[in-house]
Amino acid sequence: MIVAEQKPIEEIIEEIKGKGKILIAGCNECVTVCEAGGKKEVEVLASALRMYFMNQGQKVEIDEITLERQCDHEYLEELRNSIGNYDAVVSLACGVGVQFMAEKYMNINIYPGVNTTFMGVTEERGVWSERCQGCGQCILASTAGICPISRCAKRLLNGPCGGSTKGKCEINKELDCAWQLIIDRLKELGKLDEYEKLAPIKDWSTERAGGPRKVVREDVRQ
Amino acid sequence: MRLQYPDSIRIIRIPCTGKVDIIHLLKAMEKGADGAYVVGCLEGECRFENGNLRARKRVEHAQEILEKIGIGGERVQMYNISSGEGPRFAEAAREMTEKIMEMGPNPMKKAKKKAA
Repeated sequence: MIVAEQKPIEEIIEEIKGKGKILIAGCNECVTVCEAGGKKEVEVLASALRMYFMNQGQKVEIDEITLERQCDHEYLEELRNSIGNYDAVVSLACGVGVQFMAEKYMNINIYPGVNTTFMGVTEERGVWSERCQGCGQCILASTAGICPISRCAKRLLNGPCGGSTKGKCEINKELDCAWQLIIDRLKELGKLDEYEKLAPIKDWSTERAGGPRKVVREDVRQ
Repeated sequence: MRLQYPDSIRIIRIPCTGKVDIIHLLKAMEKGADGAYVVGCLEGECRFENGNLRARKRVEHAQEILEKIGIGGERVQMYNISSGEGPRFAEAAREMTEKIMEMGPNPMKKAKKKAA
């Protein structure tokens, strides 16, 4: 899932100050799971903002909604008839949702309520960590299912580097060395001989370095 | 025991303090309560293992938010009292009332009156 963190409330207040009618829009997908922008967080933020502005003597009306998703037309269309009533929308979806809403509703101010961080997993409740950087050329088949692009600080394809000590990375003693994990898992799988194979130079043009990316599937396209 | 405690306190019964969410505390403040405190079982003695520990974290989060928006984080508090400690319950009620009296009324009340 896409992992996000709530923005400090001071930053959100700064974004929307001077606006009279505001919609706080949550998203029922990834940001709900990582407890940054779901229905619960929408309620808390809306309540806090209402109190703040009321206390400041400013008349600000704040409504709440949580859409099924903010990265698909059909769910964003639910706002079509009501969004014009607002001076601003604070979207608690990831950056994708914020942008898609902004593209769709050109004359409404859309502000982000979260900082989108990475694609990752829930290690335990309250702890999320990165697993994928969407490089566009998945190499997990040759790295025992552990991604050196997202989990190695140097994104090494033939690791580990000299900074790996006792299975930890030199940038942080808490951080597992991705290549140590790969070697350990290859050993478990009885495929350590695969470690001997040198990985060729990666085609980074499919990664962000090649500019904004797009997938077109003619077989499913309408 | 017929213990006396301030009559300004309204008790809301819940099955476990683990049921209390941040939004409940914020809504209480938004609606104009001068203070709200959560009374859970003693730490380590939760029937549901960690309900009271979760409640404490949520109270602390609510405190942070209330402090940032100028309502006053101290208006919400967490107490851990065993069900056998009647006198301590009454004492906490007095302590909380004194704290809130010192802080004065919830600024939301004044703001709401002004807005009306």
